[in-house]
Amino acid sequence: MALVEQGKTVAQPWWFERITAPWWVLAAVLLTMPVWVNDFILFQVMGWTFILGMIALSMMFLAGYGGMVSLIQMSVAAMGGYMVAIFGTSGMGEISMGLSWWLYIPIAIVIAAIFGTIVGALAVRTEGIYTIMITLAIAAAFFYFTRQNYTIFNGYSGFNLVVPPMLFGVDWRQPMPFYYLSLGCAVLCYLAVVYVARAPFGLALQGVRDNPRRMAALGFNVTAHRVAAYTFASVIAAIGGILLVWQNAQIAPGTAGIPAVIDILVIAVVGGISRPIGPFIGALIYVLLRTFSPDVLMAFGLSGERFKLLIGLGFLTVVFFSPDGVLGLWDRWQARRARSRDPLTGGET
Amino acid sequence: MKKALIASVSVGALLLPAAAMAQDDTVKLGILVALEGAFAEGGADGVRNVELAIQQAGGMAGGKKIETVVAPTDTTPDTTVRQARKLIEQDGVDIILGPLSGSEGIAMRDYAKTIPDKTVINGISGALETTWVDPAENFFRFNLDGAQWGAGLGTYVVKEKGWNRVATVAADYSFGYTNFLGFAVDFCRAGGEIVERFWVPLGSSDFGGVIAALPDDVDAIYLGVGGTDAINFLNQYNQAGAETNLIGGTIMADQTVLTSRGRAKDALIGTPTSGALAEDNPDPAWREYVAAYQEAFPEGERFPSPSLFGVGYYVAALAAIDALNEIDGDLSGGQAKFREALADDPLDTPLGPVSLNENRQATGTVFINEVQDDGQGGLKNVMVGKAENVNQTLGMTVEEFTAMGLPSRDTPDCAALASGG
Repeated sequence: MALVEQGKTVAQPWWFERITAPWWVLAAVLLTMPVWVNDFILFQVMGWTFILGMIALSMMFLAGYGGMVSLIQMSVAAMGGYMVAIFGTSGMGEISMGLSWWLYIPIAIVIAAIFGTIVGALAVRTEGIYTIMITLAIAAAFFYFTRQNYTIFNGYSGFNLVVPPMLFGVDWRQPMPFYYLSLGCAVLCYLAVVYVARAPFGLALQGVRDNPRRMAALGFNVTAHRVAAYTFASVIAAIGGILLVWQNAQIAPGTAGIPAVIDILVIAVVGGISRPIGPFIGALIYVLLRTFSPDVLMAFGLSGERFKLLIGLGFLTVVFFSPDGVLGLWDRWQARRARSRDPLTGGET
Repeated sequence: MKKALIASVSVGALLLPAAAMAQDDTVKLGILVALEGAFAEGGADGVRNVELAIQQAGGMAGGKKIETVVAPTDTTPDTTVRQARKLIEQDGVDIILGPLSGSEGIAMRDYAKTIPDKTVINGISGALETTWVDPAENFFRFNLDGAQWGAGLGTYVVKEKGWNRVATVAADYSFGYTNFLGFAVDFCRAGGEIVERFWVPLGSSDFGGVIAALPDDVDAIYLGVGGTDAINFLNQYNQAGAETNLIGGTIMADQTVLTSRGRAKDALIGTPTSGALAEDNPDPAWREYVAAYQEAFPEGERFPSPSLFGVGYYVAALAAIDALNEIDGDLSGGQAKFREALADDPLDTPLGPVSLNENRQATGTVFINEVQDDGQGGLKNVMVGKAENVNQTLGMTVEEFTAMGLPSRDTPDCAALASGG
């Protein structure tokens, strides 16, 4: 209440005045990136970073604000991607229905959200490691189901030639349009998470995370809040999944195989799950390691086939020095800088 | 603020296209190969064999120095396309050698269409669709596909063994269907009859139900499974009595199965299989190649003799070097001359001469092997025959082959093939 009364007397600053300098720099760098990097970096490195970042963001939302570590997010993303292939166009003419984009994109998001919600409804009654187990089990089941089912998911081969629609005369699979498309989606998802985290729903969810019994006593429906969190996270994962299938132009069971599921967890943990920017940092680190580690090994005259070792060492280093991810490192650095600001008095400010 | 700006600008400068395009006096080969997952060992052998081919050519092709870049995949099509894009856009390679497995091949066919100025020479992937359905102009395959690898075996078991009625157990995915189709087409046209077909999921460990349901009144059982699936099947088949003859698909009697522990594999003795190579092939070209392979790498760092994957990548590298020599390394004009040189005349390989058809798919030799006791408690493959000039349509006309349909659980229709000729 005190905050609101203060607001009446002090003039509210414009919304953009509240955004600090690092964010302006980041925005400028991201927006002008096509000018100074090549197509490969734009499409492959940055595009993939945004996509994986979005899927990991949906996991971060559940884990960071809801206290539920869900491994189903990659499967939800793949479900969105599969639905785009099934309801839209692909190389598998017998299965794909060829609807127009304004129909199949919403359908894909809705179906993926329903899938995520059902899994959530099953998982919310469990806690901690059991949530991880049940979502991992469903993710494994999803992988094997898509691999065996030929009538809907086209089994082992999956779908190829799944490309974004030609909208407004732009080929969205060209590096620059795709870069801005994925950047735009990532920013929207990021802002949505920031907004929801401060909205009454998000605050109640964090309350549920910290003390479900007290929240229930206060009259909040704990289960409903958790299931709704799954639904919201599924929408974000589905958007990431749709972009992923467009970027690869194809989807197959391996897209949501167990390694891919674990990769999302690694990305979220390495980046840090305390704030929504963490998953994007984690995704960038993951993509850079994934893409360039064979080259680094070769540069040192080592055999490129051991590249997984380098990836593993990279992640191990991050987790060893900072159990709460890169964000934790940043926070500690900030805290140390704040402490050392006044050397004369020795005070903390 | 200023520091942050300087930092971000310098990061940007680092990200600038690091790898410049290949210089005029070098030609860059990208080796797209699986180095993770089930085929990692075979993939590493692929890389070795490309090195061997380059070494034999003195590191030069068409007067240019050969450089290689390795792009590792994990056999999923997603990773394959990413790595191929990295090879083309970041490393600036001229030619891609690869990929290794079937679904990767299909993904590369589609990717190849987006890079019309570059050329892709298949490593060892064997999906029929890669060069049969909507093939890419710049995708060349010098190895036979999964269906071709099955050819010749059907005639052999009918004519030589006198096995006319078989039940089949094969893996329920594209390679299983394709490899089975090659066998079935040949077998049915030679007068054989397929009594019943069973499809088992890839990676399944319990075959009890299938084994119990196998009919008794058959001459042999065709097994189109490989690796650990094959070992599991043989174990359980042994426990159930192991009475009937076996016929193996291409991956049934490879080294992983023959060198496995336990006696279950003994059920394989006398089993004919067909595939791309025969280890004891008496052809001097093959002998020479095996000797070169054994000499080039120390014993701990290679297989006793080149693997299927290794031979595939070797032939691909050979084709690239041969064509580059023919055109003096002239890759100008979107590599048009290079592609012509690849397509025109038959290539002499350790596996015999290979020629390409209008889909840029190889026509070549299939080897029939039989599993025998090697006298030291182990098993070995012995070559018992070969089928030469096996083409993409397995000796049928294009219309007949198209009418039969793409490989699936129910294709080919055995009765229709037997009556049709």
